[in-house]
Amino acid sequence: MAFDYDKWIRPGKLPHIWCPGCGHGIVMKGLIRAMDSLNLKKEETAVVSGIGCASRLPGYIDCCTLHTAHGRAAAFATGVKMAKPEMNVILVGGDGDGTAIGGNHFIHACRRNINMTYIIMNNYIYGMTGGQFSPCTPTGHKASTTPYGNPDPGFDIAKLAIGAGATFVARGTAFHANQIDKLIAEAIQHKGFSVVEILDDCPTTYGRRNKFKSVIEMMNRLKEVAVPVKAAEKMTAEQLQGKVLTGVLYKDDTKPEYTAEYAKVIERAKAAK
Amino acid sequence: MEKTLPKIEIIEKYCKGCHICVEFCPKDVLEMKGFYASVKNLEACIKCMQCELRCPDFAIKVITE
Repeated sequence: MAFDYDKWIRPGKLPHIWCPGCGHGIVMKGLIRAMDSLNLKKEETAVVSGIGCASRLPGYIDCCTLHTAHGRAAAFATGVKMAKPEMNVILVGGDGDGTAIGGNHFIHACRRNINMTYIIMNNYIYGMTGGQFSPCTPTGHKASTTPYGNPDPGFDIAKLAIGAGATFVARGTAFHANQIDKLIAEAIQHKGFSVVEILDDCPTTYGRRNKFKSVIEMMNRLKEVAVPVKAAEKMTAEQLQGKVLTGVLYKDDTKPEYTAEYAKVIERAKAAK
Repeated sequence: MEKTLPKIEIIEKYCKGCHICVEFCPKDVLEMKGFYASVKNLEACIKCMQCELRCPDFAIKVITE
């Protein structure tokens, strides 16, 4: 039976603003399926975003939503979570919003291990602002501000999150649409800061400049580079050259969660009179 | 057992003509008709739901019994 997305979409908001073939819509569908599979209540779920194409997502979803300043989704979401620790807080954003302008907020949210889920849609570029290169643009690739090729090496968001202290890190792609909801659902259920990076396509500002002939070619590229973690264990370093691991990359249930630790601080402060 | 056919509903108001559903249908059920996707060969549909799953624009519903 067709999945009923309409119950999670604000009436009259579709069609969305994303370009033809943009994977953000596929990720939004995955998020809706994940929220629905966990039977989350709309009044107990907050979707928070910064600025950018991907950050337009909360505008369409019918639950508590917050559209904030550029890169500051993690800061606002931390406020929501601290005020109401019982809420399910989900952050959404792009690679530019999350790792460049909001890079500091991102790593410190990871460090605190606060119980939130960050979905980063990595399309390798700043789409909305005109195709400038982001920290995730691969070396040598073109953007509006690097017309002769990007000299910088790109960030590996998953490794960055693990290094900064996130306790659940997963990666999927917009091509593997069936996997997205499962990764997001597992991330939401995890007690601690969880990061789900979804490799995405931006046909308008990234694809055209980097000689991708069509959306289909971009989707097929995602299919080619993605290797599931289990399959990668049997592959040699040479075979893994240029590939990207997908699936649950890291999980740690031992680290204390921030809102629980903060509640203990409040108790200690009350007892110290 | 007789094969039951699904109903593939394409909401043209939402469709942006990105070709994803047409390209990733394993049975070649869909085609582009002008700007929008449309059903070409419903008989071949195996209800794998790939088109509904992949459509970024919420424009396809595969309604099965």
